[in-house]
Amino acid sequence: MLLQTSALHYAHPGQPAIAFPAIKLDAGEALLVLGKSGSGKTTLLNLLAGLLHPQTGEIKLDGVAMSSLSGQALDVFRGKNIGIVFQKPHLIAALNVRKNLELAHFFSKKKGKDIGHLLSELGIGAKAESSVQTLSEGESQRVSIARALATSPKLILADEPTSSLDDENTEKVIRLLTSQASKIGAALLIVTHDQRVKNHISNFIEVKAHESV
Amino acid sequence: MNLFKISWKYLTFRPLSTGLNIFLLALGLAIITVLLLIQDQFEKKMNQDAAGIDLVVGAKGSPLQLILSSVYHIDFPTGNIKIEEAKKLSRNRLVKNIIPLALGDNLEGFRIAGTNQDYLKLYGVEFSQGKTWELPFEVVLGSEVAAKTGLTVGSEFASSHGISVGSHAHDQHNFVVSGILAPRVNVVDRLIMTSIESVWYTHDEEPETVESEGATEGEVADVDGDQLIPDSHEEDHNTKFHQEVSKTGFPASDQDREVTTLLIQYRNPMAAIQLPRMINSGTSMQAASPSFEMSRLFELLGVGISLLQGLAVVLVLVAGLGIFIALYNSLKERKYDLAILRALGASRVQLLVLIFLEGLMLTFLGAVLGIALGHTFLWLLVNQSEQSVVTAIQPWIFLEQELWILVYALCVGVVASLIPAWSAYQTSIAKQLTKA
Repeated sequence: MLLQTSALHYAHPGQPAIAFPAIKLDAGEALLVLGKSGSGKTTLLNLLAGLLHPQTGEIKLDGVAMSSLSGQALDVFRGKNIGIVFQKPHLIAALNVRKNLELAHFFSKKKGKDIGHLLSELGIGAKAESSVQTLSEGESQRVSIARALATSPKLILADEPTSSLDDENTEKVIRLLTSQASKIGAALLIVTHDQRVKNHISNFIEVKAHESV
Repeated sequence: MNLFKISWKYLTFRPLSTGLNIFLLALGLAIITVLLLIQDQFEKKMNQDAAGIDLVVGAKGSPLQLILSSVYHIDFPTGNIKIEEAKKLSRNRLVKNIIPLALGDNLEGFRIAGTNQDYLKLYGVEFSQGKTWELPFEVVLGSEVAAKTGLTVGSEFASSHGISVGSHAHDQHNFVVSGILAPRVNVVDRLIMTSIESVWYTHDEEPETVESEGATEGEVADVDGDQLIPDSHEEDHNTKFHQEVSKTGFPASDQDREVTTLLIQYRNPMAAIQLPRMINSGTSMQAASPSFEMSRLFELLGVGISLLQGLAVVLVLVAGLGIFIALYNSLKERKYDLAILRALGASRVQLLVLIFLEGLMLTFLGAVLGIALGHTFLWLLVNQSEQSVVTAIQPWIFLEQELWILVYALCVGVVASLIPAWSAYQTSIAKQLTKA
C-alpha cells in the first residue's frame, strides 16, 4: 500500500471539523476525490501534501508517517515524493520553462527526470528555453504537470487541474496525468468536480462538508 | 539552479526598479567615497608637507594665507620681510634651523621658490637626474613640473613674474635646469627650486616699467627693481652670476635685500611658547604655526564636509527605503511563487535566504558601483583642474575604509530585507495556494 490514511480530521479556525474518508491507494493507481465546492476537497489535498497538519488521524506515504516529519525534513520529503499540480499553473515568471523545472530538482535535492526528455514527452519540447509568460494556458498547465513529474514522485496530487481548460485540453491533461503516473509507477490523486474527468477515472471517493465528528 | 541564481533572476526580471535602487545607493556611497578619499589624502598630504616646519615667519597679514603660500604654495604670499630682520631672528637661541624662501615667480603656473639646500633636505628629496643648483640661475625641478613642462637637465627657460600663468615674462636671463627630483608625492613635486640669489638677480634685471604692473596685480612678493642699486654694472653682474651660491643659511649680500618667508624649526618645546609671541609683538613680521592654522582651516571646511556627509547618508537611507519597498512590493506579487517553491520542497530558511540574498546582491552591486563612481568622479576632478592642490590627490588609491562602505551597504541591505524576509518566512503555503 503506497498511500494510506486513517481517521483524518481537520478543522479550519472557527469552523466545525471535517472528517475525511479513509484513502488506500497502490502504486500506479488513480483516484478521484469528488465533492461540492467548499466541501474540503482542497483541504484534503493540502493534508496529503503535508502543507497542513491534521488534528487527528494519520497519513502514511510509502511507509513513512508524515505527521512524524516536521520542518525541513517534511519539505524535502514532499519535494522528493510528492508532485503537485495546482488549479492554475503558477509558474515562476522570472524563469524560463527549463529553469522552472530545474527548481524542482534543486529544492527536492533529487536529480529526477531529464528535463528535455520530459518536456518533449508532454509535447512542449520546443518551448524549453521560452519565457513562461509566452505560453498559452494549455501549455502552461502542461509545464506545471512536467514540474510535478520532474522529480519522479511516488504520489501525484492534482487540484482541479482541468477547471480552466476546454474539452480538448482537459482530455489531453487527464491522459497525460494518467499515462505519466502509470509510467513512473506513481499513485495519482485528482481533486475535482469536473464531470469530464470522471469519464477517464472510475475510482473515486467523496468528501462531504461539515460532517460531525 | 541554486538560490543565488534564483535571486539574480528575480533581480534581472525587474531591471528598472533594480537599476534605480542600485543607482540611488551608488550615488550616496560615491559621495562618501569621494569625501573619504579627499579627507584622507588631504590631511595626510597637508601633514606631510608641513612636517619639520614648526613655525612660518613672514610679512604681516593673514596667518592662514602665510601658511598656505609658504608651506603649501597655494595662496598669494603676504609680502616680503627685510633680510636684516630675518638674520637677527636666525641668531635667536630658540631657533634650531631656519630656511628662507623667496617667492614671486612662476613657469607655466609652477612656482619658483628661491631657497637654500636645507629646503631639499627638509623634504628628503632624491635626484632622478642631474644634481642640485650651484650657480645662480640653476634650478631643480619637481617631478611633476618636469613631466608637465617636458624640461630636462640642461634646458633653459624664462620665468614669468607673479605666481599665476600669463604674467610678464622675465626674459633678461634664462634659468637652466641642473637637476630633476624623483617623485615624492608632496609639495616639492610641483615646485621649481633654486637659490635665493637667482630670484634676486632675476628681479635686479627688471626694467623700471615692470614695477607698476607688478603693483597693480597685487603681487606683493616681489623683489622689484626699486631695490636695485642704480649704479650696478653689467660686469658686476657677470662676475656675480658665476660665483657659487650659498648652500645653507642666508646668502651674503651687499645690498638691502628681502626674502618672502622663513620656515623655522624649534630648538626646544619652550620655543613654541616664546617665539611666536616674541615675533608677533616685537617685530614687524608675523609668525604662524602650520598645525594650528591647518586645524583651523579644517574646522572651517568641516561644516561643508558634514553637510555633504549628511546628504550622502540621506541618499543611502532613501536607497535603503527604496530597496525595502521594492522587495516588499515584489513579495506581495510573489507570495504565490514562494508557496510554490515550498511545495517543491524548499524550506522556510531557504526562502528567508532567497529574500536576503536579493537585498544583499542589490546593495553589493550598489556599493561596488558607488565606490567605482566615487573614484571616477575624483579622477575627473583631478584631470579637470590643472596645477591646483587637487592634482596632488591620487584618485586610484583604495582605502581600508572603502571596505567599511561595503559592509555599511550590506547592512543597509540586511535591514531593508528584514521585514520582507520575515514575511516570506511566515507565509503559509496552504493558505496561499488555496486562495487562488
